[in-house]
Amino acid sequence: MDVTSSSNFPWVTVLALLPLIGTLGIMLTPRESHDTVKRVALGTSLVTLAGTVAMCLEYKTNGARFQFVQSYDWIKAFGVHYAVGVDGIALVLILMTAVLTPVIILASWHEAEDGKRGVRTFFALLLATEAIILGVFGSLDVFLFYVLFEAMLIPIYFLIGSYGGPRRSYAAVKFLLYSLAGGLLMLVAVIALFVVSAHRLKHGTFDYRALLAGDLHIGHGEQVALFLGFFIAFAIKAPLWPFHTWLPDAAAEAPTGVAVMLVGVLDKVGTFGFLRFCIPLFPWAARELAPYILGLCVTGILYGALLAIGQRDMKRLVAYSSVSHFGFIALGIFAFTTQGGSGATLYMVNHAFSTGALFLVVGFLASRRGSRMIDDFGGAAKVAPWLGAAVLVAGLSALSLPGLSTFVSEFLVLVGTFTVHRWFAVVAIFGIVLAAVYVLWMVQRTIHGPVREGIETFRDLGSREAWVIAPVLAVIVVLGIYPKPLLDAINPAVKHTFSTVRPHDPAPSVPVTLGGPR
Amino acid sequence: MSLTQSIDYAAISPPLVVVVTAVAVLLADLFVSAEVRRRLLAPLALAGTLGALGATAWLATGPARSTFCLAGGGCSYVADGFATYFQTIVLAALVVVLLLSYPLFDERERVPPGQVPAAEFLALMLMSVSGMLVVAAGRDLLTLLIGLEVVSLPAFVLVGLRRGDPRGVEAALKFFVFSVVSTALTIYGIALVYGTTGSIELHHIAHALSTRHAHSGAMSATAAAGVVLVLVGFGFKIAAVPFHFWAPDTYQGAPVPVAAFLSVASKAAGFAGLIVLLVVGFRPYADVWGPAVGVLAAVSMTVGNLVALRQRNVVRLLAWSTVAHAGYLLMPLAVASSQLREGVRATLAYLGIYAAMNLGAFGCAVLVRRLHPRLAIEDLRGLVTRAPLTAVAFGLFLTALAGLPPGVAGLFAKVVVFRAAVHGHVTWLAVVAAVNTVIGLAYYLRVAALMFVPADDAPVAPSSRTWSVSAGVAIAAAVTVVLSVYPQPLLHLASTAAQR
Repeated sequence: MDVTSSSNFPWVTVLALLPLIGTLGIMLTPRESHDTVKRVALGTSLVTLAGTVAMCLEYKTNGARFQFVQSYDWIKAFGVHYAVGVDGIALVLILMTAVLTPVIILASWHEAEDGKRGVRTFFALLLATEAIILGVFGSLDVFLFYVLFEAMLIPIYFLIGSYGGPRRSYAAVKFLLYSLAGGLLMLVAVIALFVVSAHRLKHGTFDYRALLAGDLHIGHGEQVALFLGFFIAFAIKAPLWPFHTWLPDAAAEAPTGVAVMLVGVLDKVGTFGFLRFCIPLFPWAARELAPYILGLCVTGILYGALLAIGQRDMKRLVAYSSVSHFGFIALGIFAFTTQGGSGATLYMVNHAFSTGALFLVVGFLASRRGSRMIDDFGGAAKVAPWLGAAVLVAGLSALSLPGLSTFVSEFLVLVGTFTVHRWFAVVAIFGIVLAAVYVLWMVQRTIHGPVREGIETFRDLGSREAWVIAPVLAVIVVLGIYPKPLLDAINPAVKHTFSTVRPHDPAPSVPVTLGGPR
Repeated sequence: MSLTQSIDYAAISPPLVVVVTAVAVLLADLFVSAEVRRRLLAPLALAGTLGALGATAWLATGPARSTFCLAGGGCSYVADGFATYFQTIVLAALVVVLLLSYPLFDERERVPPGQVPAAEFLALMLMSVSGMLVVAAGRDLLTLLIGLEVVSLPAFVLVGLRRGDPRGVEAALKFFVFSVVSTALTIYGIALVYGTTGSIELHHIAHALSTRHAHSGAMSATAAAGVVLVLVGFGFKIAAVPFHFWAPDTYQGAPVPVAAFLSVASKAAGFAGLIVLLVVGFRPYADVWGPAVGVLAAVSMTVGNLVALRQRNVVRLLAWSTVAHAGYLLMPLAVASSQLREGVRATLAYLGIYAAMNLGAFGCAVLVRRLHPRLAIEDLRGLVTRAPLTAVAFGLFLTALAGLPPGVAGLFAKVVVFRAAVHGHVTWLAVVAAVNTVIGLAYYLRVAALMFVPADDAPVAPSSRTWSVSAGVAIAAAVTVVLSVYPQPLLHLASTAAQR
């Protein structure tokens, strides 16, 4: 279909298959050879990363909207296709996934070694998760997306439920039930979308590009119903206030690496879904409901930040801070401006690294002290200066210090929102202030101050830990200084996404100097 | 009518092979030692079934064959696409059921209430299947009736075959009484239809009914009563509400593989007969039976699902779920007569997918029973740590029955019948089914979730005698997975089978 597509190499299929091959390889290695398993897992994820980088280099930022497209009939009777391809938004999210997975595997090196549960299974599930997420970001068929969206639950459920903390069972089941409820609503909407398309376009189809091109002109009432079906599923996944209550439990009970995978990567599927499905397919409903959704976002920003301040468990603190950050991402999306949308997409990437860094350093601290409670720490930086520095940089990126990556995206989101919804942006700014409170408070009480009992024996960062945290912090710094390559890929895709809901950006009432559209 | 008939043995080869195998099993039982018997009989039955399956596949590739034809036109036995579709489902189901039953006649079996006599069990099951194969291809009222009786009579014994098991006897008795009553009603209905049309051949009946329908009032009412009575009789066979009362008790009392057999093969045969009768013979009365079928469908799925919500035993839960699925299967047959072909196609496709996922679910129940003989739902808690593969397979089948990923096959099945209902202008029925699907989710997912609650139990090594059961479950799982990924061939087969 896309004759202008720069390349016909089936990148998405190949990239999604690589981790699956790794999964198979792991299942075939003998049960006892833990080291082989880990090396296979790490090697596979690095090969996948290399492939992803190659794909990104081949991607043409000014090329067709969807590139590397493959489309085959899968189930003719239902108009289901195996259709994959990427736009700029999917591209950066796939890159983000591919970069974080090796980090997650390295961070989970000694996870699951207590002998109770299989090491093989753990790494096989991690790679399976990566494969499914790459497929989700790359799918261009609504049905394929739905199936993979639901399939994501399975490995993560087992990763939390089998390898998590003491309340893992409760957390895993809660996660599963919330996600299934959302998935059901989405299933209804997916089938309804098929019925609508059968009505409007002679043949019912799930092909995303056909749905976009078909100009469905869905009736207003139907649009609202379909929009809500998709929106609630994604809002639970993201998670947006008030659908967030599963996240703190799941993130706190999950092993560190899985928490990074869950909050950093998997939850982006929710915000990605807003951009991919909710807005382009149901523009009228999106416009009508946007003010209410923005209200939810702002509430979530403040609520998440306030609850983060009140947490004594560091993992829960990071989880609540993420609720606040997801509010920012959704705020940028539902402002329907190019800056807001681009900022939100960039925010998804930056949040993955900044929250990932926080979960990782919290994991380092917790593994040394055997506790995640802030009260059990103090003065760690004096004993372990490199660890302290890592905690500090991760914390600063979470509060969006200028010069670090999160600042760029937060700024873009706020500017993009301010031009159209002044007061929502103003209220959201308080979220930044509160972020400074919870981050600095945690940093001060854990790594500064007098050295507490139990801290004096702290090791500094080991070499494996350094290899885990250094790339993440490097990405945070580099993207803070030079986000342009990502924004170049993101901007055209965001413009396409918003073309149905708001064809032209309103004239900015505030001068834009940083990273905006050229 | 000529008294000598030429018989096309190729056309009747599937039931013939099965009957010969049944006799061979009985004879072999007489002449071989006990030690050899155990190793010989079940493989013999399996080989016969596979042979019949091969014959069916061969018939399916060739043109339709008819035999037992009357001089005045019309044949009693037609091996066309429709017949071979059902015969394939029945025989494939038998393969899985035989694998599931293997531990039943193992003398070392310790799981109460113990073993059944192998030769009788196998022969009876094969005979019952021969009846099903005849029903699928029968094209006149008497052939259908005799076929159905051949299905039922061995089944009574199968249910009560376990020695010294009072529950089995009770289940068999209940099944027997209900079945006899339903047969009586069916025969009465057939008599009324024969009386008004003067024929037992379905095409003749259709022709006579269409002219009769237009003219005479009293005759028309008599024929309509006959149609409804036949429908009632088949309602028992497929366990549709309100003719379902035998099903849960019978399924629970019978050995689990027999319950699987009844819920899939027997139900498929019932549907084959029902569809032939309604669509070929009673088509002119579609305005009579259409709404009746619609009501049966709605009531079956609603009652089946609501009662299933309250079950505490795995087999009873599955039994009520099969009642609900009878409703989904009936739904496309309630469509307006102009859309009937698509309706039949939908029912056939659903039946194919249902056979795989339901057999798999019962097979998992057989596996679970070895760990937890009571089969209470609560016993499943944390099954994933004790028997990971069983739990994963059971989860697959339950989600498929619910119509959710990863059991996408079930979702396709649901979409097919929904689409048929909406296109056939019975939207109200589609709405009822949609509500029922949600109710169904509640109990299927409750059980599935319970299995995956993480627990700290150690895995239990499977006993060496379950390999055949595992193989049966694996076949069902493989079919379900293939249908989830690529259902196109099945949908295609179903639609060619419905082209009549």
